[in-house]
Amino acid sequence: MIYERNWTAVIIFAVFVGLTMGLSFYLGSRARSSKGYFTAHGQIPWFINGIAFAGDYLSAASFLGICGMIAFYGYDGFLYSIGYLAGWIVALFVVAEPLKRLGKFTFADALDAKFQSRGIKLAVGISTLVVSIFYLIPQMVGAGALVQPLLGLSHWQGVTLVGATVIVIVVSAGMVSTTYVQFLKGALLVVFSFVLTLMILQQGLTVKDGGIDGHHFRVVGPVPGERLIDQDWQQQFLPHLAVLTPDSAWIEFPYLRTEDQQTGEVITWRLEENEQGETALYEAQTLTKTKEGQFLVNGRPKGVKEGEPELHPIGFISELPDGQERTGSLGPLQFFQKLHGSRIVQWPSQVIQETDGSQTTVYYQKVTTGADVLLPGNSPTFKGVRSPYASDKVNFISLMLALFCGTASLPHILIRYYTVKDEVSARKSTIVGIGAIGFFYVLTLYLGLGAMVSGALDVTDTNMAAPLLAKSMNEWLFAMISAIAFTTVLGTVSGLILASSGAVTHDLLITVCGLSLNDQEQVRIAKFSSVIIGAIAVALGIVFEGMNVAYLVGWAFSVAASANLPSLVMLLFWKRTTRAGIIAAVVVGMTSSLAWILLSAETYVGVYRLDPGQAPFLVPFSQPGIVTIPLGFLTLIIVSLMTQKSLQVNEPTGALVS
Amino acid sequence: MSKNARIGLWLFGIYLAFYAGFVWLNAFSSETMKLTPIPGLNLAVLYGFALIITAFALALLYGLFCHPSGDRREDQK
Repeated sequence: MIYERNWTAVIIFAVFVGLTMGLSFYLGSRARSSKGYFTAHGQIPWFINGIAFAGDYLSAASFLGICGMIAFYGYDGFLYSIGYLAGWIVALFVVAEPLKRLGKFTFADALDAKFQSRGIKLAVGISTLVVSIFYLIPQMVGAGALVQPLLGLSHWQGVTLVGATVIVIVVSAGMVSTTYVQFLKGALLVVFSFVLTLMILQQGLTVKDGGIDGHHFRVVGPVPGERLIDQDWQQQFLPHLAVLTPDSAWIEFPYLRTEDQQTGEVITWRLEENEQGETALYEAQTLTKTKEGQFLVNGRPKGVKEGEPELHPIGFISELPDGQERTGSLGPLQFFQKLHGSRIVQWPSQVIQETDGSQTTVYYQKVTTGADVLLPGNSPTFKGVRSPYASDKVNFISLMLALFCGTASLPHILIRYYTVKDEVSARKSTIVGIGAIGFFYVLTLYLGLGAMVSGALDVTDTNMAAPLLAKSMNEWLFAMISAIAFTTVLGTVSGLILASSGAVTHDLLITVCGLSLNDQEQVRIAKFSSVIIGAIAVALGIVFEGMNVAYLVGWAFSVAASANLPSLVMLLFWKRTTRAGIIAAVVVGMTSSLAWILLSAETYVGVYRLDPGQAPFLVPFSQPGIVTIPLGFLTLIIVSLMTQKSLQVNEPTGALVS
Repeated sequence: MSKNARIGLWLFGIYLAFYAGFVWLNAFSSETMKLTPIPGLNLAVLYGFALIITAFALALLYGLFCHPSGDRREDQK
């Protein structure tokens, strides 16, 4: 789609981001000590911290990724909502209070509280860095996707702008400002998503045959197959269109290609055969990348201004229950009931490598029942739900396990337990966080499904669904939603960079390298490492363009859960845990989950852009959690049992939680 | 084990079973998710919402039953 700069949106956006940064600088100037910089002196009120949890957690993945996935695949994105929220149960019931009691600055502090070991600090410090960087990638990709329609910038420019802004915030501010900014954004995100949901329900559902640009997608037929080559029929039903002789690459696919003799537009039709053996022609859209790198939309050079060739926005209902044309406003349950009985036009894609070296992606209409959209298993990520293959089922269970276990192992979430004064505040702020986050996740299903039938979707980018939904309703709302989402990305990225720089300063430099740094030097080193980590995040954000951000966050959860959770849980609940056991579990969990992801078929396709068929070694399914989380536990148990002697000599105390 | 940790583990167990049931049904009995206990509302949507609401309800219960001044050993009370 062509994204033109909208000045109203830009002004609202600039004001919002400016206020956020102003607040950051003001509060940042009041926190000069290292305790102030990293943990806000432990004086944040529990309610503020709870909503700030929501601000931290409801990142680009939740708002952009989940809504986008629901908009394109239906219920599947909601599985992420369910998994992300369920993870908070582990955080609240198992981890929150003991972690608060044991730690001081970082997650490694808590794991190391019993042993005072450099090895633990080193392993956990590195795992914090790895998880944070993995979590940073989707945030940067999401930020790039957001800036594109708003400011008319390209992806790499957007990512660089976000990276630079965040580095400025983190370097000049610290945990106090990050917390208050997160509080504001968390609250605004939930409130505005609620407003958007109310508008969706108020608007109700309407039958359409195209998106908001007014283009009507045609359906011709069904007719007996032989009529398609009958020239009289062609002239009558495909007026002004000349049937093209297809490139040999197209022959094995069910398409008919025609050229509009008036405009030169190449219109591709998807051929769908019905039960009676008749064929219907559904108008599709194509995006071709030529060998020279030029982009063609439906055979003509892609435009840069409004009115020039571009892919049409999509997402509409073709049939409502009882032959209705429009439902009028709907209640929260009626919305699902009406959708359940509707027929919705979805837009899957197919890539065709043409013989001249160009690559064409066909986006075609697929009419689906609402009942099917409201069931899991439509997306490639969750195909395991409907697949007969055991490996697909294991992949699904593995992802759901990683989401459940991952939250309580995320460094930027865990450090928020050190910004409140005691365990009671840690508990209360978690409960507030669960309330706010849970409410938001309920809304994601409405937002995603609302976007699915809004006629505003960009067929090439799943991440843009929620902001484009807002744009289809109101430019102001779009500007507000984009600004909130953008500042949420800024805040989450700030939190992640803070967690990483804390790990570098406290865990790696002071404890492991034995550097003796005074308070100001600590803050200076932390700021310096923030710049480096920020730069890495920008580079990765550019490389991973176009991947669904909720999917990328799934990876971060897998690595976090595999590397950190076994040690954390066993230290709290198993008296015989040893220093060597913790180090081994962190190292094995981290490296095995990382290696698994890097060798998965989805990484080959999505990141390396290679054919997985050519890979020398691939893991049997993409999500590592179901193997690597138990592997972490097993490693800890075996190594701890092998090193009991050192525990008896050096550490006679019992398990920490009891 | 402290009172708070014990309550936490109990509630964790209850939620884990509820969540595992959801994952199991999706993976091995996806037809069940098509059932519509309320006309036009399938089990997938209802179970999903129930998981979110239950998480918050259990969190509130935990807040109510926990020792008000933090995690204490029973023998220290």
